[in-house]
Amino acid sequence: MTRSSLLALVVKIVLLAFIDAVAVYAAFFVLLQGNLVATVAILVVTALINVVYLARRRFLPAKYLTPGLLFLAVFQIFVLLYTGYVGFTNYGTGHNGSKEQAVSSLLASSLVRVEDSPTYPVTVVDRLGQLGLLITDPEDDTAYVGTADEPLTEVDAEFENGKAVSTAGWTSLTFQQVIARTAEITELAVPFSDDPNDGALRTPDGSSAYRYLSTLEYDESAGTMTDDRGVVYSDIGTGAFVAENGEELRPGWQITVGGDNFVRALTESSIRGPLLYVTAWTFAFAIGSVVLCFALGLLLALTFEHARMRGVRYYRLLMILPYAFPAFLSILVWGGMMNESFGFLNQVVFGGADIPWLSDPTLAKVSVLLVNLWLGFPYMFLICTGALQAIPGELTEAARVDGARGWNLFRHIKLPLLLSTTAPVLIASFAFNFNNFNLVYLLNNGGPRDTTTSLPVGHTDLLISMVYKVAFTGQNRDYGLASAFSILIFVIVAGIAIFSFSRTRALEDIQR
Amino acid sequence: MKVTRTGLLGLGAIAVTAAFVLSGCTPGTDGGAGTGGTLTVWVDAERLDALQGAADDYSEQTGVEVELVGKDNATIKDDFIQQAPTGEGPDIVMGAHDWLGELTTNGVVAPLELGDSAGDYLDVAIQAATYDGTIYMLPYAVENIAVLRNADLVPEAAASFDDMIAAGKAAGLAQPFVVEQGAEGNPYHLYPFQTAFGAPVFGSTDAGYDATDLQLGNEGGTEFAAWLGSQGKNGTGVFNTDIDGAIAKQAFLDGTAAFWLTGPWNVGSALDAGINVAIDPIPSPTSDAAQPFAGVKGFFLSAESENKVAATDFLVNYLGSEDVQLALFEAGNILPALSAAADTASSDPIIAGFSTVGADAVPMPAIPAMGSVWQYWGIAEAAIINGEDPAATWAKLAADVSAAIG
Repeated sequence: MTRSSLLALVVKIVLLAFIDAVAVYAAFFVLLQGNLVATVAILVVTALINVVYLARRRFLPAKYLTPGLLFLAVFQIFVLLYTGYVGFTNYGTGHNGSKEQAVSSLLASSLVRVEDSPTYPVTVVDRLGQLGLLITDPEDDTAYVGTADEPLTEVDAEFENGKAVSTAGWTSLTFQQVIARTAEITELAVPFSDDPNDGALRTPDGSSAYRYLSTLEYDESAGTMTDDRGVVYSDIGTGAFVAENGEELRPGWQITVGGDNFVRALTESSIRGPLLYVTAWTFAFAIGSVVLCFALGLLLALTFEHARMRGVRYYRLLMILPYAFPAFLSILVWGGMMNESFGFLNQVVFGGADIPWLSDPTLAKVSVLLVNLWLGFPYMFLICTGALQAIPGELTEAARVDGARGWNLFRHIKLPLLLSTTAPVLIASFAFNFNNFNLVYLLNNGGPRDTTTSLPVGHTDLLISMVYKVAFTGQNRDYGLASAFSILIFVIVAGIAIFSFSRTRALEDIQR
Repeated sequence: MKVTRTGLLGLGAIAVTAAFVLSGCTPGTDGGAGTGGTLTVWVDAERLDALQGAADDYSEQTGVEVELVGKDNATIKDDFIQQAPTGEGPDIVMGAHDWLGELTTNGVVAPLELGDSAGDYLDVAIQAATYDGTIYMLPYAVENIAVLRNADLVPEAAASFDDMIAAGKAAGLAQPFVVEQGAEGNPYHLYPFQTAFGAPVFGSTDAGYDATDLQLGNEGGTEFAAWLGSQGKNGTGVFNTDIDGAIAKQAFLDGTAAFWLTGPWNVGSALDAGINVAIDPIPSPTSDAAQPFAGVKGFFLSAESENKVAATDFLVNYLGSEDVQLALFEAGNILPALSAAADTASSDPIIAGFSTVGADAVPMPAIPAMGSVWQYWGIAEAAIINGEDPAATWAKLAADVSAAIG
């Protein structure tokens, strides 16, 4: 064993040991949280990593691929699967947590202070592990004690500043002890008297108690809620307690709803309408952007290829400027320039015209394409310049000998060669523009708004910005529906990419 | 699996090293049992310093550690709603009262008993903190819009809306009054004029706003729409959807507008620009008062908090004290919600000006139905300003909203 390979081995072992340490540590914590699946997954993956890097030569390709695959799994596949899972749930406003959480939240907010009841100074007391409340009636300064099972009874107590602080047979809790037993104290309700209609005393902060009546009762065995008017709300499998007349109690909870979100996206007319035309516009935008940018970039590249003028280099530099300038800023500046009353375009370029660049549905689409052309053509210009230079001179020479000139030379020789090299770039550009959220969101926020639908979509919204609006704006979030949309987008983009790449192979044959 | 000798050697070495590293990483057991746990509080990052003193005091007196986490104000609500059910959320979160509808619908906030101290707060603050008859929020500040007047251009407050425009024109200004709008309108800033015509969004009962009683489309609403149309593109041009927040601000700072309907958050930049700012009540286009929305800021208690007793104690008995409310006031320069602190803060004429306007303010409805209103409201107002038929557009708005509320 040479010295350098020994050093390599040591480095490898230290690195692996570090990874293992982190993994074991992580697995330990995940296990403590009770997530068995994640624990096993972490351990299995770590074991695989060790096997791959310790076994000599056996898994040589895997040694190079493993880090990439791991990140792919964490940042792509997991996200995709999780989005897919959410797409099959009703996760969203009103269906946020578990059923248990919904029940406890409903019960907590159903408590109503008994009208005109006073604030009772309270000391939390303990007798053989059972908690009680030692309260002082503020009207006559008498002390009472009670527990969850026994209503208040009058007792003799020691007072301090008009507040009963201790009584025989009970241990008074210090503030620290109260906080340590928060869970029990939050649950503790001491009946005021034998009559349940008098309410029960609870102490939210450990120093004052208030008398509450509950307006909701939860029947655990039947799984129903009953309110003070006697209306019964039951769990009918929709993720909420529902009364017979259809009234729902909020919050509800998360459940899986199968393909409901997908069915809704495709059949509910108020959603399907916008979904259809947003999809159509998304395609139009993505294809239009690619074609326009490519056409302009190619035209400029051809122009500069044989430009007989001085300072071609500087012109080229100018062409690339929009690409070099941060796109976020460009978009915002364009948005300002297109303001109808105050923008640079209308005020200066068009001499005070009232052109509704961003507020007319059709013109807004043109504006979005225009701005994207500005942002996108320099890249295509660079690519085309490079690709043109890569076309062997003999080929064009040979074509010339055969009598091809101008357009024919371009159409039959240069363009096919150019397309075969730039096709992957065009596909990538299409996929990028298909999800070009930044442009749409920053330029005009997808506007002008479509007032005819209940979804908050606008006339220049792409699928991705529509998904964003459904999921993250307004007061009624619908993560389930948004995830279903995301899955649909994924299927569309993946489908197009697969189709395009199979076509590219046909183009590649030209070069052989 | 065939493991070579170096492989075995490696495994052994890894086991040893791993054990070594691990022993250094083992989580230490929690310090003494005397500590009373930890309260995690999510606060707007800009208010972190103002709260630090109160948090430290509380820790010192009770042994409960208070951990303040600065969050971006724009994401704090969504983060809270998403994380509360996982048990990873905070015990207390800072926010605004109009989140209440969403927070309660998602079941992530717990009721807060203010006890006798409820009477120590401004009425509007308690109304705003109350949702469906239950108080959920400890209020700390009340915010509303008012008219900022450039007292060098127009020395006297205007008595009515038309007076204001006339006074500005007399001072030689083409666009004397600016208010933030935008392509999708801005109903929040137009609401005072709408209430002047007697058209609140919802009617109210003792328990707060009543979602079943939509008042938006009443007769006053139609009158308001007609007035708005007459002040829009095809009328006097006082309202313009191309004027967004930045343009309105620039007009006032440049002195091309003498009146600016905006909130306390913009006063600083006007003062910095050297403008002699006076705060006026909002001039009404009718004989009734123009009532703006009041936004109330406060603290919520998480429904999933495992430390509710300490959290309630910290909120009600500490953050509700005059000192803390004044410290928060100094950090944000908006009127404290605690009456005693509000009186102290009102020695500042700017705060006093906003507070006078705020006396007429009504809490912004927090009920979930309000989401459906926002969705259509601004768009309809923008359309009216841009010359659509006022009555028909307003009627469609009312119909859309009541359909969405269901």
